[in-house]
Amino acid sequence: MRIFIQQLIFGIQLGSLYALIALGYTMVYGVLRLINFAHGDVYMVGAYIGFYACTYWLPFQRLSADPHATIMNIILAVVVLLLSMLLCGALGVVIERFAYRPLRNGLGITDAHFWGFAISLPVAFHFHLFHKLSDGFGEFLFGIVGYLMIGGIVGYALRPVIRWISLRTVLSPSRLNALITAIGVSLLLENGGWLVFGPNPEFIGTMVPERNFKILGGVIINSSQLAILMISLVLMLILRHIVLHTRTGKAMRAISHDIDAAKMMGINTDQVISVTFAIGGALAGAGGMMVGVLTHVQITPLFGLLPGIKAFVAAVIGGPGNIPGAVLGGIIMGVAEAFVGGSSLSTYRDAIAFAILIIILLVRPAGLLGRNAAEKV
Amino acid sequence: MKGVHRLVAGMLAVGLILSGYGCRTHGVKIGGPGGLQYIPVGDFSSLTGDTATFGTSTHNGLALAIEQANAAGGVKNLPIKLYTEDDQSMPDVARTVVTKLITEDHVIAVVGEVASTRSLAAAPICQQYKIPMITPASTNPAVTKKGDYIFRTCFTDDFQAAVMAHFAHDQGYKRVAVFKDIRNDYSIGIAKIFEREFTKLGGTITGEQTYQEGDTDFKAQLNTLKGQNPDAVLIPGYYSEVGTIARQAREIGLNVPLLGCDGWDSPKLIQAAGNALNGCYFSDHYFSKDIKDPAMQKFFADYKAKYGYTPDALAALGFDAGNLLVDALKRAKSLTPSALRDALATTKDFPGITGKITIDANRNARKAAIIMKIVGEKKVLYKVYTPEEIDQ
Repeated sequence: MRIFIQQLIFGIQLGSLYALIALGYTMVYGVLRLINFAHGDVYMVGAYIGFYACTYWLPFQRLSADPHATIMNIILAVVVLLLSMLLCGALGVVIERFAYRPLRNGLGITDAHFWGFAISLPVAFHFHLFHKLSDGFGEFLFGIVGYLMIGGIVGYALRPVIRWISLRTVLSPSRLNALITAIGVSLLLENGGWLVFGPNPEFIGTMVPERNFKILGGVIINSSQLAILMISLVLMLILRHIVLHTRTGKAMRAISHDIDAAKMMGINTDQVISVTFAIGGALAGAGGMMVGVLTHVQITPLFGLLPGIKAFVAAVIGGPGNIPGAVLGGIIMGVAEAFVGGSSLSTYRDAIAFAILIIILLVRPAGLLGRNAAEKV
Repeated sequence: MKGVHRLVAGMLAVGLILSGYGCRTHGVKIGGPGGLQYIPVGDFSSLTGDTATFGTSTHNGLALAIEQANAAGGVKNLPIKLYTEDDQSMPDVARTVVTKLITEDHVIAVVGEVASTRSLAAAPICQQYKIPMITPASTNPAVTKKGDYIFRTCFTDDFQAAVMAHFAHDQGYKRVAVFKDIRNDYSIGIAKIFEREFTKLGGTITGEQTYQEGDTDFKAQLNTLKGQNPDAVLIPGYYSEVGTIARQAREIGLNVPLLGCDGWDSPKLIQAAGNALNGCYFSDHYFSKDIKDPAMQKFFADYKAKYGYTPDALAALGFDAGNLLVDALKRAKSLTPSALRDALATTKDFPGITGKITIDANRNARKAAIIMKIVGEKKVLYKVYTPEEIDQ
């Protein structure tokens, strides 16, 4: 019984992380009918931001008996969480703006800037514009701003070329194109990660104090697990509030029902889609940061690959486009994995995720909470 | 329109300039008629990737050995030139770079790898081209079974696992659980032999759980192991996961000593584990600052002078592999791969710093092992086991 409850707790904690990533998948699917395969890699970037912020950017102190240092570290950890959410949200917006929007709306004159940035990247590397990420946050910002300026100038110069091309191309919006692009962005982030972060695995040391709590008959809950669970819960409640009780949330729901009708009603769909990507990216960033900082696992550029796939499965199990479904799917995945992992079948831990997917899709093709006719966000 | 064309032409020009950086000039390898200008030796190591500290250490040790040999006049009046390739900790990359070393750089011997999985990937290629391969630190027994051109200068997993079984028995552990990496030949091999030897000594294996390289959550498996009340848990894995496993074990209240093997030997281990590994033990190659041997102390000093930090056991193994190769090159009747193979196969009592190396009929070395204990954030020498004591 003790072991059963203990495994259940691990499962729920793991599941809450899957749910956090799955929310990003499901929201994007809801508004765009697009499976954003790059989402798991945003989670990886979140973990790396956690690593650099904790190790190099912010003045964390070595944990000691000094209570001031401990409180300072906890405050700084919250700052890291917010920073990670902010940067990953921005990354989500950038991905949407430059990879998915041109496929949807056609090549616009502003896309010239994207190509400007793309071309200036090797130039910036060549002139060592970027400091090492380990140098400090100020240097990191300096490099980014300098690069953005160069990229902007090059992009402006490219405007005639883009206009020339855009006048000669015919837009054929296709879901398949967007899907393939998503896989491309995912590969770009992973392999770009080898370049920017380096291929050596990184670890984040103990930044906030950890304690074990014993509850009902020997079941142990660790303060870090509790924190992950609580923060995930709070973020999900905030998301629920945004979707159900704000104008933007209303617009998201309208777009997921019918994007063309929403456009005709005067909703700025591109802006709402950007917000959706920002929220999804921020949730993934929070997840990655929490895993890196609170569980001390090794971080590599492929860190987001497997969690991303599992969260995607969770979103499909719950019913793509359905927010409570994503949370439910995440918890199911986490709990199933914990029980299989704890049994004599622990070798098949990852296989079980996909076995569940197949079974549920056979019984309910639209997912547990999904509806066949109309999907909602 | 004209402006556009000029822009495109400019972009192409920039692209051409940038792509020019990729080119390299090839040095002249073969000298005038009748001979080599230098002896080409290949080295493939995991300089980056999951087990980057392994490859960096063996490579540094090997490079130091070659440098010292060249400073002492080289072999047969020729300097040795080391061609180094990074396999990024991936077996298929190892296969590619070893093929490149043999077919493009025309090396007459290959030194590498630490991870058995990668040595197993490269060995068939060396065997196929009949180029002697020396693995400094791959302990899986299958590596040298790939053919008569494959040599090993460290002990095998069978020996290491038996040492751990004896050690667990000597410590008075009666019940030991095993947590192994199901995707790693090294881990599976040690678990198997340990279970056999430990049962033979009268101990009980309480249970076995598995994980996979790259996993991040081990709590479910550890919780099951905890329920079996073991006296200790054997984790024959690599440092990249062991640190996280140790932390999570302590988190769920599994507070028994953890036992490991030479895959734990990395400066990053403590960084990953914090103080979760305090009071744990692992078997390692016969190499420690605590051993007062002049050759070993000299290596410590030389290595630190060249690289700026203290060497680990893998660096010493790389150094030994390099010196053994130099010795065999000197003894070889000619500078051809087959003559070198014969010289390597007849190595007897070569004085390596990690112990005397005698290559047996299966092209393996028999050497002593040590048990290291982790105390706080330091690793200290705890015990020595010689092959005679284990007597396999």
